Amino acid sequence: MEEKNLICINCPLGCMLTVAMDGKKIVSVAGNTCRRGDTYARKELTNPTRIVTSTVRVLGGSESMVSVKTKEDIPKGKVLECVRALKDVVLPAPVKIGDVILEDAAGTGVSIVATKNVQ
Amino acid sequence: MNNQLSADIVIIGGGPAGLAAAVAAKKNGIDRILILERDRELGGILNQCIHNGFGLHTFKEELTGPEYAARFIGQILELNIAYKLNTMVMDISRDKVVTAMNREEGLFEVRAGAVILAMGCRERPRGALNIPGFRPAGIFSAGTAQRLVNMEGYLPGREVVILGSGDIGLIMARRMTLEGAKVKVVAELMPYSGGLKRNIVQCLDDYGIPLKLSHTVVDIKGKERLEGITLAEVDGRGKPIPGTEEFYSCDTLLLSVGLIPENELSAGMGVELNPVTSGPRVNESLETNIEGVFACGNVLHVHDLVDFVSEEAAAAGKNAAAYVRAAKETAGRAAERASFPAVRLTVGTGVRYTVPETICAERMDEHQTVRFRVGGVYKNCYVSVYFDGERISRRKKAVVAPGEMEEIMLTKKQLMEYPDLKEINVRIEEA
Ligand SMILES: Cc1cc2nc3c(=O)[nH]c(=O)nc-3n(C[C@H](O)[C@H](O)[C@H](O)COP(=O)(O)OP(=O)(O)OC[C@H]3O[C@@H](n4cnc5c(N)ncnc54)[C@H](O)[C@@H]3O)c2cc1C
Ligand code: SF4
Repeated sequence: MEEKNLICINCPLGCMLTVAMDGKKIVSVAGNTCRRGDTYARKELTNPTRIVTSTVRVLGGSESMVSVKTKEDIPKGKVLECVRALKDVVLPAPVKIGDVILEDAAGTGVSIVATKNVQ
Repeated sequence: MNNQLSADIVIIGGGPAGLAAAVAAKKNGIDRILILERDRELGGILNQCIHNGFGLHTFKEELTGPEYAARFIGQILELNIAYKLNTMVMDISRDKVVTAMNREEGLFEVRAGAVILAMGCRERPRGALNIPGFRPAGIFSAGTAQRLVNMEGYLPGREVVILGSGDIGLIMARRMTLEGAKVKVVAELMPYSGGLKRNIVQCLDDYGIPLKLSHTVVDIKGKERLEGITLAEVDGRGKPIPGTEEFYSCDTLLLSVGLIPENELSAGMGVELNPVTSGPRVNESLETNIEGVFACGNVLHVHDLVDFVSEEAAAAGKNAAAYVRAAKETAGRAAERASFPAVRLTVGTGVRYTVPETICAERMDEHQTVRFRVGGVYKNCYVSVYFDGERISRRKKAVVAPGEMEEIMLTKKQLMEYPDLKEINVRIEEA
């Protein structure tokens, strides 16, 4: 049996997780404070994902940039592609929290939404 | 100045601390609240923290900084709490007259029943760093870079070295990498990182950015524009070890070497500061040595999680509301206050400070959170609490580190069982 250590990144507490593995099979997860830690450990060792945050240019608003994020987490390997897809996006003001900025980012099926209100 | 306003509670700073304090004060029955904020919008530093990871404790979901701020700003609007933007507080007098300034009203005064200090913190200046050599263009504090990239949409450089592994530096390592810059290395003077573990995983490990512990910048190359820096390993006393120097070419150096509470106003009005936190000394009500003046958030002690800022600030708001109500009922509280003895909180091995520093059993709530930071990394240890030399609790911890704030909970019941209690000591014990 093999033991893997990783840190849960689902919330800033950052619990230290110890995962016992039998080959590719996860036998047990310890060290998590809540259930999300267990879920995370199982996922991180089989299919790691991340939420991506960035900014996009706004025209004619009270501010020149608006912050955005992927609505859900996307595969770790798609993060850079996703940020690149946002490079040339320019939005007209106003923008509201939750507005969809880009659909199906980098072919992940996940949309990118605004995280700030810009008048 | 014929322009004198008044308010039951004046809150200095409209960041997450000021906002949560205002909401709590309002919910505790105080209507005449005024928030003074020098920036052009509410939300404080959260507006430039576009990454996710805020609010799991407060809202049970994970938000970005601006989204977290928007939740509180929404409550401020809903509760009709008054605020003034672009308004700089210049001075607070001991009898709680707040002097502020903005373009529309010029200089004006607000007479306050209670004051809540919520001015946040600022980054340590690079002058304090003691790096030899010239000061060419291309050296920024990590927070300045965060503002440039996230709010102005401007990437300050292409080849980056980061000194200091505080959270803002870690977050900026990822942010600049995603924006197309090459972050070559993060160097940390201490043998451990000052940032949250999750940020090391998500911001450095994910992108293969090396973290060099026990390293510092010993030379800066470039006169007009930064051309590179030299790193060296340091010994146990922080002195560079000859022969370990390594040159990195770069056009940008980010400094993420810690935050310091913004307490010029507090000191100016005679609030006593704790030399360890650089924030006010407070009692169980988060009240300073000046009656009716409360403090919360990063101005009190530097927090890494905004959730705890909101929690602490809500307590300050509630206590300020209680103070205002009591002050209205009795003409003053001085006599009542003197009759309650306060228990001192002291720090033992491993603990750098506690907030609060005194507790009065009669005045405290059923539960009192005491937050503190440790001075080093301790594995498999106990956080122990002693009442006048007698251990009354200890909690096992897998690890405690300076980068992560710790807390203990005291109950009124516990304190009431020790009527003659003088001192509560918090310390780290090896298991
Ligand atoms: C540069 C920087 C970046 C940060 N990045 C992160 C991060 O990425 N992740 C994270 O979890 N935490 C981060 N933090 C920590 C973060 O500051 C806290 O979590 C939280 O924002 C603290 O809330 P606060 O209300 O105490 O302070 P702040 O958010 O700093 O709010 C204080 C407010 O007071 C106002 N103010 C100050 N002085 C005056 C005056 N004289 N008159 C009127 N108004 C005044 C300021 O303009 C500000 O709006 C960062 C801190 C800094 C300094
Ligand atoms: S296990 Fe739960 S509490 Fe611990 S870091 Fe993960 S989400 Fe946070």
